[in-house]
Amino acid sequence: MPINYYIYLAVALFSIGVAGVLTRRNAIIIFMCVELMLNAVNLLLVAFSKMHAQTALAANPSAITGVEAQLFVFFIMVVAAAEVSVGLAIIVMMYRNIHSVDVNFLNRLKH
Amino acid sequence: MNLILLSAIWGIVMMFSGLFLNSKSAAKTVALVGAVALLIGNIFDLSGKMIINSDFKGMLQYERFGLLFLTVLILALIIYILLSGKDVEAVGKHPFEYFALIFFVMSGAGLVALFNNLLILFIGIEIVSIPLYILTGADKRNLKGNEAALKYFLMGSFSTGILLMGIAFLYGAAGSFQVERLAMITSEDFTAFTTIGIVMVMVALAFKVSAAPFHFWTPDVYDGAPTVFTSFMATIVKAAIFIGFLNLFINAFAGKSDSWKLTVAIITALTLFIGNITAVYQQSVKRMLAYSSIAQAGFMLFAVFAVNDLSKQGLLLYAAAYCFATIGIFAVLVKMKDYTFEGFNGLAKKQPLVAFVLTVCFLSLAGIPLTAGFFAKYFVLAAAVKTGTYLWLVIFAVVMAAVSVYYYFRVIQAMYFKEGETQELELATPFKALLVLVAAVIIVLGVYPSLLLDMLIFF
Repeated sequence: MPINYYIYLAVALFSIGVAGVLTRRNAIIIFMCVELMLNAVNLLLVAFSKMHAQTALAANPSAITGVEAQLFVFFIMVVAAAEVSVGLAIIVMMYRNIHSVDVNFLNRLKH
Repeated sequence: MNLILLSAIWGIVMMFSGLFLNSKSAAKTVALVGAVALLIGNIFDLSGKMIINSDFKGMLQYERFGLLFLTVLILALIIYILLSGKDVEAVGKHPFEYFALIFFVMSGAGLVALFNNLLILFIGIEIVSIPLYILTGADKRNLKGNEAALKYFLMGSFSTGILLMGIAFLYGAAGSFQVERLAMITSEDFTAFTTIGIVMVMVALAFKVSAAPFHFWTPDVYDGAPTVFTSFMATIVKAAIFIGFLNLFINAFAGKSDSWKLTVAIITALTLFIGNITAVYQQSVKRMLAYSSIAQAGFMLFAVFAVNDLSKQGLLLYAAAYCFATIGIFAVLVKMKDYTFEGFNGLAKKQPLVAFVLTVCFLSLAGIPLTAGFFAKYFVLAAAVKTGTYLWLVIFAVVMAAVSVYYYFRVIQAMYFKEGETQELELATPFKALLVLVAAVIIVLGVYPSLLLDMLIFF
């Protein structure tokens, strides 16, 4: 299967994520869209990793390559989990104070 | 490596000492001990004696520039703890945890300054960012703080997504995350990947250093966060991200300047314009300093724009001048109740020494000769002139520096030439002595910038 399809899929998912972040008003949904962006990146990294591994194997059958991108994916997952824990805590803190997670409330700082 | 390890360990030590020490005011002392330990560890780093002497298969590189830059950041951290430590303790119930998060940020700063692999850059930027989201919302009951934390978090994670997409495309082109391999991308097939990757990484880093047009979160977050943490975010953190920005562009993308030079030039010009012009209209000094930090980021972007030897010297000096001056100003601002310009009326009569130090700091930010800010601006602009192109940008920057004099001098004018009811400021003598030390450092660096710059070559 050509690499192009993976790239189109990843870019489409990423764009949906970006569009969601820019247009939705609910903090949780925005947050889900950010996660979608990160997962699009994971997909793309794995696809590229396979692509580079195939090229390297064609040249040298005993080559070990393309592993680092798959490792990178694990790092992204771990960091995303750390981010979720902090982010949800902030959203909960906000909900306790104003009983809403709508980002339209975020205008007190604009004088 | 010493710095990265020691600051991570000291963060944990801070948390546990919060458990075992009952006295709240011990936090500052423990943090100070840690910061001094970082400084000693970093000096050992500079002379090549490390706890773990490994570059982890080329993932880190111990370049003198990065290590020296970290020394400046640690010195700024020590000054910050000494000047504002008491105010950090006053923010909330968990002073030890706030300092622990600050140490974790320093660990991330170490990774960002010494990375040689995009994985380390990504991890470093995240380790810097995530504790900052918490620090921004540290004052849990304050609605403004809540709002700032949520905004910072959403914008920060969004820019992380863009950074990762850029890294993925660069990997597609180069087949590796190593910086040297990125510099060697030659294959004609991958020009689109490389360009998209470079632009996305650049946009994400511009978000993090609050360069226009990605600056819109900065004033709100800096305004809403507790003032002590604004001081930390605007100085040490910003400088730390900048060194990652510069190192990436010098080591990986310097050979492909066609694909990004114009974009960086436009970002620089926009940052200077928006930062300086909007700062003129602010009523609150805290918010003015937020816009001024955007404007100063514009000047630091010149170093990234030029990517040559002078830009390293320029960024080093600029970071030192900017960090010390801004930490000094914020340290006084935290003690005040009224953040408007009127709050500074008649300060020179009540507190002549503090007013003098603030004047030196503001003069340095404006780039007046005999202060560190002058040579800092001179070096970054000279780096841009040396590239021989885009001279209009340098001229524009000088005009914008003249605009910045207006809003910095508004504070000086309020302090010296306006009568008014001064708010009561209770300042201890050691605090004042430290402020004088900050002013002295700024003036010494302004007269002999070579004291710092020579260390790039000798030690």
